[in-house]
Amino acid sequence: MTPPPADAAALSSRSTRALLSGEGSRGGTLPGWAPWAAFVGALIFCGLVEAALGWFTIALMLVFGALVAVVAIYAWSRPVEGARRAKDRAITMGIAAAFGVSMAPLISLLYEVIKRGVKGISWEFFTSDARGVVGGGGAEHAIVGTLVITACAVVISVPIGLMAAIYMNEYGRGPLRRALTFFVDVMTGIPSIVAGLFAYALFEVFFGPGIQMGIMGSVALSVLMIPIVIRSAEEILKIVPNHLREASYALGTPKWKTIVKVVLPTAFAGLVTGVMLATARIIGETAPLLVTTGVVDSLNADPFAGRMQNLAVYAYNQYRSPGVMKQAAYDRAWAAALTLIVIVMILNVIARLVYRRYKTEIR
Amino acid sequence: MAHLDTTTNAGQLLAAASRGRRRRGDRIFGNAAVIAAVTILALLAGVAVFLVTEGFPALTASASELPGGDSFISYVAPLAFGSAMAGVLAMIVAVPLAVAVALFITHSAPPRVASFLGYLVDLLAAIPSIIYGLWGIFVLGPAAVPVMKWLEEKLGFLPIFEGPASITGRTMLVVGLVLAVMILPIVSAVAREVFAQTPRKLQEGAQALGATRWEMIRTTVLPFGRSSVISGAMLGLGRALGETMAVAIILSVSGGVTCILISQANPSTIAANIALNFPESSGLAINLLIATGLVLFAITLATNFLARLIIARAEVK
Amino acid sequence: MEGRKLKAMFGPESKPATEAEEGRNTMSQAGPVVETSSVPQGDAAPARRAKTLEAKEVNLYYGDFHAVENVSLTIEPNKVTALIGSSGCGKTTFLRSLNRMHELTPGASVKGSIQLDGEDVYGAGVDPVAVRRLIGMVFQQPNPFPTMSIYDNVAAGLNFNAGRIKKSEKDEIVEKSLRGAHLWDEVKDRLGRPGSSLSGGQQQRLCIARATAVSPEVLLMDEPCSALDPVATLAIEDLIGELKKEYTIAIVTHNMQQAARASDNTAFFNLDESGKPGHLVEIGPTEEIFTKPKRKETEDYVSGRFG
Repeated sequence: MTPPPADAAALSSRSTRALLSGEGSRGGTLPGWAPWAAFVGALIFCGLVEAALGWFTIALMLVFGALVAVVAIYAWSRPVEGARRAKDRAITMGIAAAFGVSMAPLISLLYEVIKRGVKGISWEFFTSDARGVVGGGGAEHAIVGTLVITACAVVISVPIGLMAAIYMNEYGRGPLRRALTFFVDVMTGIPSIVAGLFAYALFEVFFGPGIQMGIMGSVALSVLMIPIVIRSAEEILKIVPNHLREASYALGTPKWKTIVKVVLPTAFAGLVTGVMLATARIIGETAPLLVTTGVVDSLNADPFAGRMQNLAVYAYNQYRSPGVMKQAAYDRAWAAALTLIVIVMILNVIARLVYRRYKTEIR
Repeated sequence: MAHLDTTTNAGQLLAAASRGRRRRGDRIFGNAAVIAAVTILALLAGVAVFLVTEGFPALTASASELPGGDSFISYVAPLAFGSAMAGVLAMIVAVPLAVAVALFITHSAPPRVASFLGYLVDLLAAIPSIIYGLWGIFVLGPAAVPVMKWLEEKLGFLPIFEGPASITGRTMLVVGLVLAVMILPIVSAVAREVFAQTPRKLQEGAQALGATRWEMIRTTVLPFGRSSVISGAMLGLGRALGETMAVAIILSVSGGVTCILISQANPSTIAANIALNFPESSGLAINLLIATGLVLFAITLATNFLARLIIARAEVK
Repeated sequence: MEGRKLKAMFGPESKPATEAEEGRNTMSQAGPVVETSSVPQGDAAPARRAKTLEAKEVNLYYGDFHAVENVSLTIEPNKVTALIGSSGCGKTTFLRSLNRMHELTPGASVKGSIQLDGEDVYGAGVDPVAVRRLIGMVFQQPNPFPTMSIYDNVAAGLNFNAGRIKKSEKDEIVEKSLRGAHLWDEVKDRLGRPGSSLSGGQQQRLCIARATAVSPEVLLMDEPCSALDPVATLAIEDLIGELKKEYTIAIVTHNMQQAARASDNTAFFNLDESGKPGHLVEIGPTEEIFTKPKRKETEDYVSGRFG
């Protein structure tokens, strides 16, 4: 018999049982509740330390607690289960903690917006504008403005975006299509303020400097919205199976009719969802509107007649120039923010509900 | 359409009519589609063209004509520095966090709740940036004040933590943190997608060798996803560079170039600078701002281009 | 009469008659294991006394679905046991339960006992990670880590204990494993090249080297040759014949000729009908299973009447 390799000698001298329980461990395992105990213990520890330092906030306690919990579980596990297993546990705890830490701002944001925004909500907020009122007034003009500007942006973006997506998916071949895909990707990266500057510059060239109109804001938002619409429409159109198109062609239907009567209806729910999600994305944009639609105190619902207020810029202005009654202005800013978030959330929820309710099951 | 009898007159008329209709309908629709496609390209080119047109006067003006009396370069450079600093800071915080969150969702959380958790992370992207701005200045800033004071006391010898610490919280540190939260969902979504696609046979290969879950992730999932994560990080950077409102609201600006993270005196960013100054500007000042917008456009374009390049090269391999 | 036809089918590579006399390991559905002393003739004596892997009334589930029913068998040390049967009859599922890979599928569960050298690998206090180190696996699709060099691939299992092994020791183990996998001469000049730069057969040998580098007791192989061409297949089969001198080997194969060529014992799995759990029909020395099987099912399968 050839002498066994050194490693095997070492192995065979230890019992199989010891091997099976893993190196470095004494055969023990932490109880199943160990990670939870470590986490809670760490939280309490950090809370106490923070209270002693006078720093106490829930967010900080969570963040530091997460860090301490990782160290704690490692220290607890190492002597019992060995270094490798301890490291594994520590990292598992770490990534869970990372998730928790990333949820903290979300929770804080929503909590603060609701808490502070509710203070500014009133009947007046929704029904009157700020014309002629000093230190008070409502945001009706802002709300109407937001709806008008967004609606115009949708009207501009959806046909262009949808047709471009149809082109890319149904007609496009070769260089134009490849260029298009690439450039749509590039467009998704345009900073929102740059889109605003572009709209401003565009209108300045044709209409002279200093012009501000609701429709300019819509153009700026369209620049941001079109690539989003194209991307999601493309995804949806791609999913429509080819055999549906082929069945239609086999019946002698021309291509355009196939698209309009077969492809689009099948994709309808997905397209609507995509448009709603894109709308939700741009409805809260402030920067492009700052430079295009200006600030105005009175209600203006005509996109072509001068400046138009909107919720995002309104919130910004209430913060920036609160006037004499600061807190009331800040309250209104938060109230506008709350209104915005509610609109965004509603759009998101409706979009997903529409999708679930109306989507055509494709086999 | 079934076989048409074209031997009769009626048949011939029908055939001709339907052919014409078909051709016309197809032509109109097809052209409309092409026009839309070309519009996109025109739009993108237009952004560049119009920015250059309106920014040009500022680019060619001499220093004395420009507001502030500096040349264009010395006007834009501190702003670009500020944008870069905020963006890099956001990346340093967001990317490891996003990778950890993505690993958690794809490899640790129970599969049934995984997509829900992903949805929660994506919610961060749905929140309008003005709200991040208000949150930053009213909530996070004040909460960060004691922490910054501690940093000044204990780590003040490091140049980034040189005192005096701000008492309002309107610092680069807070801005960086807020931007990090804003770009986290972007990077995390890319990371999640690639981590979930790690081939099972690779993961099982590592597991069969006796790897713990973390060792398996380290050996197979992370190397597999590396290029995608880098690309996602660049996309996040692009977003952070272009972010306007959060920075405009939170940051307390003094104009000088410094790399201190916790002080009241900060350079502005290109985007925030435009937002802050545009409403009151006119004439050449506006051209100046538009010119800086052009610079920002070029920077974000380059960043995004780099991101796509990294992915394309990884796919070729 | 069937038996003689089968013998003719298997040709000159079939094992010499003397091997049929060693270690009879006949197993009826619930009978005891009978093991006689095994001093194999024909091949060289074992270089290392490997350990026995024994399954006792193993039942495997995916959620509520009962996939494999009541399997009891022994994988003998320093021998190759082939698991054969038509597709879907649970042989791969069973194989994966031997090294605790089955439980990695969400919802999967195991009942029964699997013992390595008498110790239950599903026992309390047993670390599944340690089990997989002792019971290695080679997969159907060669899966070298694409971002690692050949050297790093082989050393991958060693590197999990990063920092504890000296470079010179690692070099030794890598060379020994590659030699043992009959790959050393082909790659010794390009250890730094990526693992994916090899051909299919070479990649599979690389995976075998990687598996043996951590000194397991048992090697499980799940259809290791089904993605390879015939030349590579034969090379792997030769290799398996060598490997059994140091390890206990179980190999799942749906290629009966391969089972006949390369294994000492054969276990036949079958399925009554789709939706029912797979079960062990018969296990015994390969020669017996193929020439004088005890069950009609077995005979039908090996003579090609179904599957």
